[in-house]
Amino acid sequence: MAVLIIADHGEGVLRDATHKTVTAATQIGREIDILVAGKGIDAIAASAAKIAGVRAVLTAESDALGQGLAEAFASLTVPLMAGYDALLVSATAQGKNIAPRIAAKLDVAQISDVIAVVSADTFVHPIYAGNALETVQSSDPKKVLTVRASAFDSAAEGGSAKISSVDPGPGAPGTKFISDAMVKSDRPELAGAKIVVSGGRALGSAEEFQSVIEPLADKLGAAVGASRAAVDAGYAPNDYQVGQTGKVVAPDLYLAIGISGAIQHLAGMKDSKIIAAINKDPDAPIFAIADYGLVQDYKVAVPEMMKALDALK
Amino acid sequence: MKVLVPVKRAIDYNVKVRVKADHTGVDLANVKMSMNPFCEIAVEEAVRQQEKGTVSEVLAVSIGPIQAQDTIRTAMAIGADRGLLLQTDADPQPLAVAKLLKAIVDEEKPDLVIMGKQAIDGDNNAAGQMLAALLDWPQATFASKIEISGKTATVTREVDGGLQTVEVTLPAVITVDLRLNEPRYASLPNIMKAKKKPLEVRDAASLGVDMAPRLKVVTVTEPPKREAGVKVADAAELAAKFKAAGLL
Repeated sequence: MAVLIIADHGEGVLRDATHKTVTAATQIGREIDILVAGKGIDAIAASAAKIAGVRAVLTAESDALGQGLAEAFASLTVPLMAGYDALLVSATAQGKNIAPRIAAKLDVAQISDVIAVVSADTFVHPIYAGNALETVQSSDPKKVLTVRASAFDSAAEGGSAKISSVDPGPGAPGTKFISDAMVKSDRPELAGAKIVVSGGRALGSAEEFQSVIEPLADKLGAAVGASRAAVDAGYAPNDYQVGQTGKVVAPDLYLAIGISGAIQHLAGMKDSKIIAAINKDPDAPIFAIADYGLVQDYKVAVPEMMKALDALK
Repeated sequence: MKVLVPVKRAIDYNVKVRVKADHTGVDLANVKMSMNPFCEIAVEEAVRQQEKGTVSEVLAVSIGPIQAQDTIRTAMAIGADRGLLLQTDADPQPLAVAKLLKAIVDEEKPDLVIMGKQAIDGDNNAAGQMLAALLDWPQATFASKIEISGKTATVTREVDGGLQTVEVTLPAVITVDLRLNEPRYASLPNIMKAKKKPLEVRDAASLGVDMAPRLKVVTVTEPPKREAGVKVADAAELAAKFKAAGLL
């Protein structure tokens, strides 16, 4: 079985989600190629070529691909799929944007958010906000999967795949890129961070969120997350949202502050290795899944935590 | 300008989901069903565009059992002008949904399809992109702002790491994200008015579309349960736990 992976990259670097998607691919087939599409991607392609188990790296460059336009990714990828049995894309916003368009052009189903590969045609994925896990068997000649990277280990380095370029295709004639407004941050990226500090509605304001959650995150070298309630209330940008409708994370430590633990939030973080929660309500549902619970007002707990971390370091 | 808004009848988002004992699926017997929340946002957006004068007609289309008429009536209470139910008890998968919707788009020739980015049952996040692919229309997914002007729509999208703005040439498919708007509560007079709006019911199978499932459900299980751990007395103890776990 030959598998094509569309690389997950941004800001000039290959994201670790690509390594994790390679691990998923090794459970499907032996011939694994990575397609690096974008603009100014030489260094990214070189990183992809070093992943162990990768046969070849294909590169495609155009403005439309650099802008991430789905139409451009579909017209590039669909003809390439003649040589592959499966297409794997990490289940980011971008992956979700492009993969179904490719699947429909190939007249095959997409299997969304795959968390386990049972066999080359059978996969497990969450449904109903992760409240149920569905195992499905595909009867399609080609499989198109979005992969929940946090469910797989990273493939090792040590490969030396050959890099060659392919025709980038006709682009996206009906769509014009206008602008990007990216949130600049020195913190680790939420989806791949080892530690995530998340704030909820209890914070009460954007100022409080920034002055309480962000310094603690920086002390821990953590990414910042937020519940949907906090995002909806405008305390945190949407990009911080963890949950069914936001990002799904599985860090080594998830520290939830002032988050009650709505089902839709738990769906986005319950696979974290350690969950710790600070909440003044002893009945908050988050405590039912937290490894460590501290029943205390965050206004007391967080400053004490800052001091304790200083003392321990 | 005519806008088509697909709407799905799904489990109410407040209902606790239970997996059936025989692992064939999720128990939907006697469970409250509502319009999928993302579809509600799509209907609201289409109606707001109509109120602004950029849209002349809003058609709500649902695919599902006969009870999905209620979902269409809800869309009409928000402000959709007419409804169409493609009746089926088969629960079509996203590719089949996209094919059914394409058949209706071919008949109705709307200038724009606005739909939810995902349904909260299957969580696939696929039908809109698939419909755009089958129609060969531009797509703008995960919209948090839509401005329609002449033959284009300028759409701000929620992407990894921030926002992206694109301009799509109409006709196009737009899928909507949470922050686009907050759907209104339908008033009683509007609910009454919705009962008089035209709602056509057709057999989904009559469209001659390939609805065969491509994915066979092998089993549906509960996710592994997490147990509650220990309570700590203060932040210092919590920090010590982090240290002990090698996290600092």
